Amino acid sequence: MNNVLQLVWLVPFFPLVGFLINGLLRKQLPKSLISIIGSGMVLASFIVSVLLFMEVKNGNTQVVNLFDFINSGTLSIPFAFQIDQLSSLFLLIITGVGFLIHLYSAAYMHEERSEHFGRYFCYLNLFVFSMLLLVLGANYVIMFIGWEGVGLCSYLLIGYWFKNTEYNNAAKKAFIMNRIGDLGFLIAIFWLIAKLGTVTYTTPEGSGVFDLYNKLTRTDIIGITLLLFVGATGKSAQIPLYTWLPDAMAGPTPVSALIHAATMVTAGIYMIARSNILYTMAPETQSVVAAIGLATALFAATIAIKQNDIKKVLAYSTVSQLGYMFLGLGVGAYTGAVFHVMTHAFFKALLFLGAGSVIHAMHHEQDIRKMGGLAKHLKITHATFLIGCIAIAGIPPFSGFFSKDEILAAAYEKDHLYYYLGVAGAMITAFYMFRLYFTTFWGSFRGTEEQKHHLHESPAAMTIPLIVLAILSMIGGFVGLPEVFNMGEHKLEHFLAPIFEASTKAKELVHPEVATLDHGTEIMLMSISVGVAVIAILIAWARYIKKPELNEPAGFGKVLADKWYIDELYNFIIVKPLNGLAKFMNSFVEKRFIDWLVNGVGRTVNYTSRQVRLVQSGLVGNYVLLMVLGMLALFVVKFFLKK
Amino acid sequence: MLIERYIYLAIALFCIGIVGVLARRNAIIIFMCIELMLNAVNLLLVAFSKMHLAAALPGKANAGIDGQLFVFFIMVVAAAEVSVGLAIIVMMYRNTHSVDVNFLNRLKH
Repeated sequence: MNNVLQLVWLVPFFPLVGFLINGLLRKQLPKSLISIIGSGMVLASFIVSVLLFMEVKNGNTQVVNLFDFINSGTLSIPFAFQIDQLSSLFLLIITGVGFLIHLYSAAYMHEERSEHFGRYFCYLNLFVFSMLLLVLGANYVIMFIGWEGVGLCSYLLIGYWFKNTEYNNAAKKAFIMNRIGDLGFLIAIFWLIAKLGTVTYTTPEGSGVFDLYNKLTRTDIIGITLLLFVGATGKSAQIPLYTWLPDAMAGPTPVSALIHAATMVTAGIYMIARSNILYTMAPETQSVVAAIGLATALFAATIAIKQNDIKKVLAYSTVSQLGYMFLGLGVGAYTGAVFHVMTHAFFKALLFLGAGSVIHAMHHEQDIRKMGGLAKHLKITHATFLIGCIAIAGIPPFSGFFSKDEILAAAYEKDHLYYYLGVAGAMITAFYMFRLYFTTFWGSFRGTEEQKHHLHESPAAMTIPLIVLAILSMIGGFVGLPEVFNMGEHKLEHFLAPIFEASTKAKELVHPEVATLDHGTEIMLMSISVGVAVIAILIAWARYIKKPELNEPAGFGKVLADKWYIDELYNFIIVKPLNGLAKFMNSFVEKRFIDWLVNGVGRTVNYTSRQVRLVQSGLVGNYVLLMVLGMLALFVVKFFLKK
Repeated sequence: MLIERYIYLAIALFCIGIVGVLARRNAIIIFMCIELMLNAVNLLLVAFSKMHLAAALPGKANAGIDGQLFVFFIMVVAAAEVSVGLAIIVMMYRNTHSVDVNFLNRLKH
């Protein structure tokens, strides 16, 4: 009956084919064909994903076993895909937004040489493939394969312009930061194998990780969830491993939109949402997740206020929004977090692509101090960017409002302090987004005459994705209308309910009284957050419309502009000591000890051979004498020493 | 007759041979010393075949005959060796006008 679901292998298969064709034939194929193959393959997966989603919506879920991957003793890890509500929703986001960004890239990257253009699309397709593996895998190992794959593609794409050393350094930084997190994830997987002997999520017989969580001791479950969270902090750029994400803006802008905003960085949220039952069973870890999420949300938001690079502002806002998602996960609002992933994918991809359009028009100028007054030149970009800003600022009825509010409401239920800090973060978010918007699009143009002369709206291949994403950012929130508006149930929550069923039940066991907020409180909370957002926008308007020139930051502003000196701090406490250790090892241990040992062996052989060489005198008499002595010695051994 | 006497004689001959080979520098004398050692062994072989095995097996007419056969082999081989060796010594004399082996230290090259 589930014939459609058996087609799931097609979803990652198409991008893989695209990757192989574009990767192998990038020098032969013309650019137009490369972009058609690259985007077409993702579009094909999107169509299959829609079919799967329809099927899942009818209530059919399935685990499709493709082949045996690892069979060793009692441990069996099949290469299996899990199609359920959570993964099918992510499939739609990844392939849908992914397709739009592929389309946009075809125009944005048009100036690249043909083989680099092919390389770009081949990496992008490989990324989509890995991300789909990550989401579809029916056990942690398949997820980990995708997890590593997206990390690799992120590295390759950040360092896409490999002739620039700084970009390469950014790529390396991203990769290394991710490796730190990956180690945590890996240890968690081994821990699960050691304790439960399986890494499969769930099975009909009840032998998966999520069925057997009761067998884990308290320490185990806290340890595993914390280690998984370490993995998530790496991939999803949370404190303390977030510094790679702003640097990752070295990559082409569509890459930032796809990988470093819409999809890859949400992998950590997906992982925790997938393992929700483990986290529900470990309230200590949940508090850690919520605290780190909230801290990141606030911290990154403060940095974003003083950034002048259009992409850096968006990067910090991504880090900040990811923090909100983790706050949601930490307070148990799994649906809210997934909802925010979805809306964030729409409006952040939109904002990044809009930024790309601005950068394109400005001839690769990213400094907002040199922009201004772009509204009349880039009409579509301006309109869509504004929509994105409103959505992220959380003004109803745009999508960001509903998802952020759901998280904040859940935070209020858990602890009022979380809520107040969250609202403060939301206020800062609205402020810096509108600071960005006003300085970029309003006021007078501050660039060079030549740039002003060349200002132009982007081609249709770039504006169409912008428009589609803008529409999605506007209406995307309606899938998760809260019940308060009396428009029936929360659709997304209803849809995702089977995924979080176990967690919900477990929570009800602990707190039998259903602690939902009454509608009055909920509306009050909403009005507070809308109110502060509007105030923040007005402040931004007052500061940046009237006096759009951005002064050099001084005092505390300088601290923010320099990102709280976190990079310098890491440099001081980690990089410098490591370099010092390396230098010590190089100059002392290596030269004095290892070299001494190795050279010593050589010298010994040299010396002994020089001594032994004297025996070879060339005189027959000496040889005979030695022979006789040797025979005598053998004789003695044979007859006198033998017992 | 006791066999020990033959053994002592053979040992004496063999040792004289060894010392001669080690101590003398004249190639011809070294050759003679080598012959001396070979013959010391021959003497032992004959002595053992006649006095040891034959005495142990009195009824058997040909007991120990193989030891004496070996002596002939050794003599033949020694004769061949001497002919080669003397040829070398002649060549050596032609080249160096000497039969002193210490002149021939080129083995180390």
